[in-house]
Amino acid sequence: MTQVTIPDEAPSARVGWLPLTIGVLSVVVAGAISITAGAAGLDPMSVVKAILDTLPGISIDSGLTDVESSIVFEIRLPRIVLGAIVGAILAVAGGSYQGVFRNALADPYLLGVAAGSGLGATIALSVSGDSALIAPFAFVGGMVAVGITFALGRSVGSRSATSLILAGVAVSAFATAIQTYLLQRDSDTLREVYAWILGRLVTVGWGEVLELIPYALIATSVMFGSRRLLDVLSIGDEEAGALGVDVNRVRGLVVVAATLATAAAVSVSGLIGFVGIIVPHTIRLLFGWSYRVIIPLSILFGASFLMLADVVARTAVAPAELPIGVVTAFFGAPFFLLVLRTMRGPA
Amino acid sequence: MISWSHVEVAYGGRRVLGPVSVEVRDGEWLGLIGPNGAGKTTFIKAAVGVASHTGTVSFGGRRRRRGLDVAWMPQRPHLPEEMGVADYVMLGRTPHLGLLAAESKRDVDSVYRALEKLDLLGFARRPLGTLSGGEAQRAVLARAIAQEAPVLLLDEPTASLDIGHAVEVLDVVDQLRKTEGLTVVSAAHDLTLSARFSDRLVLLSAGEVVADGRPEVVLTEETLRAHYGAGIRVMDDGDGPIVVPSRTQER
Repeated sequence: MTQVTIPDEAPSARVGWLPLTIGVLSVVVAGAISITAGAAGLDPMSVVKAILDTLPGISIDSGLTDVESSIVFEIRLPRIVLGAIVGAILAVAGGSYQGVFRNALADPYLLGVAAGSGLGATIALSVSGDSALIAPFAFVGGMVAVGITFALGRSVGSRSATSLILAGVAVSAFATAIQTYLLQRDSDTLREVYAWILGRLVTVGWGEVLELIPYALIATSVMFGSRRLLDVLSIGDEEAGALGVDVNRVRGLVVVAATLATAAAVSVSGLIGFVGIIVPHTIRLLFGWSYRVIIPLSILFGASFLMLADVVARTAVAPAELPIGVVTAFFGAPFFLLVLRTMRGPA
Repeated sequence: MISWSHVEVAYGGRRVLGPVSVEVRDGEWLGLIGPNGAGKTTFIKAAVGVASHTGTVSFGGRRRRRGLDVAWMPQRPHLPEEMGVADYVMLGRTPHLGLLAAESKRDVDSVYRALEKLDLLGFARRPLGTLSGGEAQRAVLARAIAQEAPVLLLDEPTASLDIGHAVEVLDVVDQLRKTEGLTVVSAAHDLTLSARFSDRLVLLSAGEVVADGRPEVVLTEETLRAHYGAGIRVMDDGDGPIVVPSRTQER
């Protein structure tokens, strides 16, 4: 057997230390900005001291009053962590969808999660009027919609990705039609449903965060574990199958994990658009095509992107708040176009 | 030994292949020839396990273990534009990797050996989208070789290569066959080239095996005219049959 000299920089389908460090730093910086910025006008240094004070072995007097302290720990911090988790879920789910469907325009809402959750939230408000029911109804609505999409996509005969996407389009249209009808009949709920659709990161303590963590962990583990197989899927179902990959099983597993987490995220945060498209694509343009790069970096940059978007949402028109979905699109779209233009050149 | 036994493939109720039964000995090179639509690609896909079929395809008497028993070079491979050549060839190592495992040094070694054999070392980091047709064809073959399966199924392996590169690539395959004991099945339209490299030719026509034997036995003017239809002349330069087209109408 001949020996071949292998260049040091051999395989490129790995996430390098530099992008990984930038990703981790972006989370730390976005977290720091988020915790110190806000409508309550707290002194940033005092906030930092108060957080350091919670670390074991460190005791610093932050100078914050009890009320200020609870603003930091019971209002700001849960909201920031929620934003980070939702952002990570939406970005990594979007990246995974783009991989399994080999479709650059796939986002986590592709298979009807958004429309199903929207319908669930609308039913919760128009039937009971109790906004505490929005989250469970939205979650169930999203999962039912995707379940129907899967059932329809398979009954068409072929189990191809296209039939699944088309089924998702049909289910979304159907759910949206019912939602529109309900909203028209009961215009009192219109404003509240609309506010939910535009996305918000309003928390009541740590409850939402704790609810979301199991879904986030399961989904990110499955998608992280499948990142190499997502690269194999990029050469097509037949060729991936010839390499021993059970394509339908991988696609099913990744889609179920991504959808479950997305439905959980949407149920607490509403429909925050654009994160699932813009974050993975920006990473692809800046750091490379491989899902071994896109998946881990999507988790990091998705988290930091949504934390920063929430800072803008909280502070831009304080004391009022902007819907975070408006912020992600308003700042995300031009930034994405800039990256697209820079990386692709003036072609 | 790879054997197709009563293999039949139908697409949408229309039979496109078989039933055919063909056996290929270990280390043998079988050339698959036949006019367009004869079923060559389907014959290969049935063995790869990507075309559902009746009958059985077995490897040394066993059922096929996907990815491990057979490496496939498709006729129209899907080449992601941005993927680098070395990363693409690394995909050939997929059957050897556990679900969550990363590539070992052995995998990297076998990728670079495949790149070297196909003269692609200088292209390791180049995106597939920037390769010429011939370079891309060699990258696909390198992926199949890196798979290190005992059977190599090549569907039109020289379709976009000039004659020099075509001979070069087939020489590489032939050398691997000899050094690593590979069994090769290749489908091609170039009958002369097929005759030069194959131990045996199988002529498929309308999904049936219509001739099977040594190149000089299969490549007769009478047989070829019957199945290809056009004017064909067969000569022999002492090294095997040479198939040349002849005009059916006067100049």
